[in-house]
Amino acid sequence: MGQAELLPGTLDLLILKAVSLGPLHGYGVLLRIQQITQGALTIEQGALYPALYRLETQGLLDADWGVSDNNRRARFYRLTAGGRRRLRDHTETWNRTVSAMTAALNAKPEEV
Amino acid sequence: MTRLRVLMKNLFRRGAFEDQIADEVQFHIDSRAADLIRSGMRPDEAGRRARLEFGGSEGWKERMREAGGLGWIDAVRIDLRYALRTLRKSPVFACVAILSLALGIGANTAVFHLVNVVRLRALPVRDPAQLASVRVKDSHAGMGVNSFPADMTYPLFEQVRDHQQALDGLFAWGHGAATIGEGASLRPVRLIWMSGETFGTLGIAAERGRLLTPDDDRRGCGRATAVLSHSLWQSQFGGRDDVIGTTLTIFMLRAEVVGVAPASFFGLEVGRGFDIALPLCASGPSLDARNVWWLSVLGRLKPGWTIDRATAHLDAISSGMFEATVPTGYPQSSVNKYKAFRLEALPAANGISALRRAYDTSLWLLLAMTGAVLLVACANLANLTLARANVRAREFAVRLALGASRGRLARQLLCESLLLSAIGTLAGLGLARTLAAVIVDFVRTSSDPIPLDLNMDGRVFAFAAALGIVTCVLFGFTAARRSAFTNPGVALKADTRSGAGRERFSFQRVLVTLQIAASLVLIVGAMLLVQTFRNLVTLDPGFHTEGVLTAFVNFARLGLPPERRQPFVQEFLERLEALPEVESAATTTNIPLFGSSWTMSVRVAGAPAERRGSSKITFISPGYFRTMRITLLRGREFSTKDDKASTGVAIVNQTFVQQLLNGLDPIGQVFQTGQEPGYPAASYEIVGVVADTKYSRLREDIRPIAFVPAAQHPSPQVGAAIVIRAAGATAAVPRAVQRLAADVDSRLLVAGPSDYETQIRETLVQERLMAALSGFFGQLAMVIAAIGLYGLISYIVSTRQHELGLRVALGATRANVLGLVLRQSLTLVACGLLIGVPAAWLVSRWMTSLVFGVGPRDVRTIAAAMVTLAVVALGAALIPARRAASVDPIIALRVD
Repeated sequence: MGQAELLPGTLDLLILKAVSLGPLHGYGVLLRIQQITQGALTIEQGALYPALYRLETQGLLDADWGVSDNNRRARFYRLTAGGRRRLRDHTETWNRTVSAMTAALNAKPEEV
Repeated sequence: MTRLRVLMKNLFRRGAFEDQIADEVQFHIDSRAADLIRSGMRPDEAGRRARLEFGGSEGWKERMREAGGLGWIDAVRIDLRYALRTLRKSPVFACVAILSLALGIGANTAVFHLVNVVRLRALPVRDPAQLASVRVKDSHAGMGVNSFPADMTYPLFEQVRDHQQALDGLFAWGHGAATIGEGASLRPVRLIWMSGETFGTLGIAAERGRLLTPDDDRRGCGRATAVLSHSLWQSQFGGRDDVIGTTLTIFMLRAEVVGVAPASFFGLEVGRGFDIALPLCASGPSLDARNVWWLSVLGRLKPGWTIDRATAHLDAISSGMFEATVPTGYPQSSVNKYKAFRLEALPAANGISALRRAYDTSLWLLLAMTGAVLLVACANLANLTLARANVRAREFAVRLALGASRGRLARQLLCESLLLSAIGTLAGLGLARTLAAVIVDFVRTSSDPIPLDLNMDGRVFAFAAALGIVTCVLFGFTAARRSAFTNPGVALKADTRSGAGRERFSFQRVLVTLQIAASLVLIVGAMLLVQTFRNLVTLDPGFHTEGVLTAFVNFARLGLPPERRQPFVQEFLERLEALPEVESAATTTNIPLFGSSWTMSVRVAGAPAERRGSSKITFISPGYFRTMRITLLRGREFSTKDDKASTGVAIVNQTFVQQLLNGLDPIGQVFQTGQEPGYPAASYEIVGVVADTKYSRLREDIRPIAFVPAAQHPSPQVGAAIVIRAAGATAAVPRAVQRLAADVDSRLLVAGPSDYETQIRETLVQERLMAALSGFFGQLAMVIAAIGLYGLISYIVSTRQHELGLRVALGATRANVLGLVLRQSLTLVACGLLIGVPAAWLVSRWMTSLVFGVGPRDVRTIAAAMVTLAVVALGAALIPARRAASVDPIIALRVD
């Protein structure tokens, strides 16, 4: 299965979704995204962190120090109420966009 | 809200934030590596792979900081901290940079501070921008009796006040001097005579009591009123309130003290304070004199009026006003000239200042000089920074390769410059305050204390800040741009020792060349000013000032009728000469070199053709030439027999003979003086010729002078200037003379005697200041430029070590290598001088009014400056050149 480039603006949404499934540290977010996308999307690993920081600054994520599975100190991200709202809104927008795009791209000459 | 909270947290817990970023990135890479190992990769391979997958960590970290909400604040803080650390690692560079910036900025700010105080700062009054002065267009050409600023006579002021419509609250003022107190507590005071509208128009409120009003200034003012300056009130009356209402005797005038002016009101002239303000109506006979020009006139432009419109209005009504105030006693030609005068309005927000007129050119020149010094210093710093940047090229290349952005690197370097500039500017501001005070102290003399408010204002701070920013950009920006745009691949591969190619120095070469050019201009300027001062100090004025004292006596309070005045002075002089401390003494109406002047038109009647011209006229008592040691060349001196009853006689100087006598034998010739108010036309027969002497200023050309016996003065005065030659030490004379004065009459006032030579030297204080400061700045620039050349040549030599070693190994001699390096330096110096000469040539045009006894474009001076600079510069280049010549080929080739 080939890998697709991430569409611009979708990384934030993926992160919100990943974190909505349970608190995660940065590396965990990467693994979770790979898991839920079945590895279909290429994510630049370093790019994850500026995005996490941006979401935190925007108040969509909250972060606290905790202990990871391998017993190391790691920063765990959680979704805030605002983040949950944003995820819901953007998921709806995304779905609408996708169905519209799908319909448009599958349009056949006789339907026009 | 949250955004702000996170930002604040990150901002104030900076260290924690940095650690957090590092920890998270490290945790990620470690976790990834662990996963890779678990999937069977070798540990070292896994670590490498994890780092690779993560990408350029520097770049991501930077974007994390930005995303953390700190953006530029954060970046600047980090950069500043990094810059501080870098500078601490190279303390010599930091010290040199800060010191040169502090010196450069300090000198500039100090001079600008003075320019601001003397020239730019507005008067401390309400709405100074509306103020306009009224004066005669193109000046009244010295007609009549003048004191500076001499814009108007009182009768003319009355005309203007009553007829003009352009200005509100027109007022006039003039300066005067008097004494208060008696006997031992006698103290000179500076007066301002002012019209009643003055304080009201200026919008000044009294510190105590009230200020003068139009009611105080009614013609004939039955009872004079006085306002004290804040400083006199403090120093003389202890700041007591009960001084108000008391009666003060100011010389011969009794005036009631009605109030105290606020401390901020220093008078109306910058650099000239006052002690007591009195209404014009109490100023006595000068009030109605139509030939005494002693007033300055200011008013506020009415709403809707501009300076141009006011001038047009004044011009239109001038003719009637001058017609109505024609002074009596002038010949028709002078009257016609007077009637043709026109008035004009000038902006006067900064007041009117003799100090400003005297120092204007000097201050701007000094500012230009300090500016040039700063530029030379900046060029050095730019070179230093560039050299450092070349050394640090590897570091930058590594950081670029790790993903740091070029902008980030440039910002980093700019931050270092900014830090240096900021510290340099702060130090410079401190230095400026001291330096400005030192300069003002330098030009202050016992006779002229120059009261100036030397508090720095916003304008000075803004100037210093602007300098700081400009210097930062000048020396930091070029270096930052160059370093940040190095190609990491090339820089990493390149060997720092030989990697800097020849063309990379081209910019540095240009800088050093310009430094040398700028230094040449400064040195030429300094040499001209130093020569000017020396020429003036060593100039022979035609008389001996050593051992001479000057004094002014005033016996107005004795109330002598005119016919008794001359005998009184004569008797006083005889008693003076009888003192054991005094060798001889004489009166004169003009003490030379004090700046005052008395000119009259003269007509020589003798054959072959009548000559007309003008000559200085000085009334002297018989002992004058003896006291001043002026050589009598022909004829005789005056005697006591030359008095009012005998025919008028005169002794003239050589220039008078040359310019006005047309080759006639002077002795026995008769000349006539033109008619002037108080001085009817008179004939004088020349009985002697004296050697030429300087008249009012050292810098002036010698003018024709005619000396006339004081006894033949048409209107005897109640005061006289006296020159005294001491029999022994001059220090003993003042006390003896004061004792004698008290002995003659307690009402007699004697100012001085004070040492003549000292006073003359004080008239040269401006020249001395310019010589000292320009000399200092010139040398400073030269030293800085030499250091710059030294640095560049050292650097070039160090990068060429390999090549030079090779040359030596191939058989080049020490002399060959020395010549090679010196030739390179010589080219730079020669280019600098080539640019500098025409620049100096251009700049010296400004200096025409400042130099004396040497042409502003003196070829010898320029040549001397070139030689001096070339020697110093080559001396500086010789040090690295010798080092290059002594290079050991084995070592040079092994390095790498």
